[in-house]
Amino acid sequence: MKIYADNAATTAMSKTAIDAMIPYMAGTFGNPSSLHSVGQEAAEALNDARTRIAACLGAKPREITFTSGGSEADNQAILTAVKIGARKNKKHIITTAIEHHAILHTCKKMEKQGCEVTYLPVDKDGLVTAEQVAAAIRPDTCLVTIMFANNEIGTIDTIAEIGAVCQQANVLFHTDAVQAAGHVAIDVNALNIDMLSLSAHKFHGPKGIGVLYARRGVPLATLIEGGAQERGKRAGTENIPAIMGMAAALEEACAQIDATAAKLTPLRDRLIAGLAEIPHSILNGHAEKRLPSNVNFCFEGIEGESLLLLLDDKGVAASSGSACTSGSLDPSHVLLAIGRIHDVAHGSLRLSLGEDITEEQVDYLIAATKDVVAYLRGMSPVWRDLTTGKREFIL
Amino acid sequence: MALYSEKVMDHFRNPRNVGTIENADGIGEVGNAKCGDIMTIYLKIDDDVISDVKFETFGCGSAIASSSMATELIKGKPVSDALALTNAAVAEALDGLPAHKLHCSVLAEEAIKSALKDYYDKNGIEYDASQFPDCENCDHCEAEEFSIALD
Repeated sequence: MKIYADNAATTAMSKTAIDAMIPYMAGTFGNPSSLHSVGQEAAEALNDARTRIAACLGAKPREITFTSGGSEADNQAILTAVKIGARKNKKHIITTAIEHHAILHTCKKMEKQGCEVTYLPVDKDGLVTAEQVAAAIRPDTCLVTIMFANNEIGTIDTIAEIGAVCQQANVLFHTDAVQAAGHVAIDVNALNIDMLSLSAHKFHGPKGIGVLYARRGVPLATLIEGGAQERGKRAGTENIPAIMGMAAALEEACAQIDATAAKLTPLRDRLIAGLAEIPHSILNGHAEKRLPSNVNFCFEGIEGESLLLLLDDKGVAASSGSACTSGSLDPSHVLLAIGRIHDVAHGSLRLSLGEDITEEQVDYLIAATKDVVAYLRGMSPVWRDLTTGKREFIL
Repeated sequence: MALYSEKVMDHFRNPRNVGTIENADGIGEVGNAKCGDIMTIYLKIDDDVISDVKFETFGCGSAIASSSMATELIKGKPVSDALALTNAAVAEALDGLPAHKLHCSVLAEEAIKSALKDYYDKNGIEYDASQFPDCENCDHCEAEEFSIALD
């Protein structure tokens, strides 16, 4: 059996997205900046895509800026807030300990440029509260940036409450919605979101294309100079095929959010219940406030990379927050932030389900994981020490 | 997966000499759970020859493959050969390891040396201490700044 359970890393492109792209590769190839009719045809398509994407978020078309993806959008959002803040000498940013590195590394860069950053701790489930945000806001705060849904543990934050706190304090609020867009209903006005990042390949669109939504009146900082595209805020000829694919994919995903959640949630919970039968294991992330597709566990006494390689041999594509899979010596900063110590965080497994997952496949995922965990524990000196009492169980 | 050579995947999927040895003549354990890899080597030594060797490993694919290969390289060999085994020899026998996984082969070399030292200590055999790694004071487990994580 082949199961792709790494949809948080990327998704397969949908037929809808591919079909929407082909005419703009095979036929309508014009440059939307060109005055002639070939170019204007492309410009019309671009406007159409912008309008449709805006509608999916409850935004206005002019509030949508196309970027190369979620990371660029995150970078641009932070630089925008810092630039706006600088006018009033506001140099304080509030974020969380479990953001994507597109946020964390940009924040580190801003620290080097004289900003001060507060990294809010999260609770054991990965949640940050609006009260924490309210308490951290200072007169010189220029930005609150908190992710909508976490890419590793799937926890969905209380974005509406946080947005309300920011609005009341008159502080810009950005959310990295890369994992949420197309999977969770988003209305930027209802949620008081000033800026939002999304990436097409997380909802069956193409790679290399994303959006930065910025509320009207928030003047974006320009990362890429060189032209009048995107109202001068993002130079470079627009990737029309990718933009058309993204618009089609987002519309399709948003139209199915409730149906997909209704289908996936019980399957996700079946998977969680099955994996929880493995002794000395623990679910990472909130049990209910989580993406319908996300399951993340730690298994004591084993290491994540071996687990992934053996699952791959069984036809299962998954990922892990272990250090060995990250290319660094530290395991996932997200797992450490929710209180998993190194020894346990190395043995993590993330399964992110696709919409086409079946109950039979879920049962296979459970059986395959149980097999591999038992096998690896059988050759693990850590497990031997745990079972013989030489080392104390953490989980 | 193209990350590893066929040899690494073979030793990872079908590790040789997994297990423990009752009343082993020498046992060596290196690494720690915090770093994400621990190796234990068990030696049976008869007439100065490694007559049997087993291992247990907690770690990534290359850690398991390195342990497996290292045990194969010393099995049936004189103790002096085992003592001379280098991490480079282990990595080479595996047709190479990715740069950030080379420490797994270092761990395999250290685990064998640690088991041999245990054998010498248990049997009152004199040895040159400088031949053995000083795991307590080695910095290979020092955490570096996290840089790459899940996308």
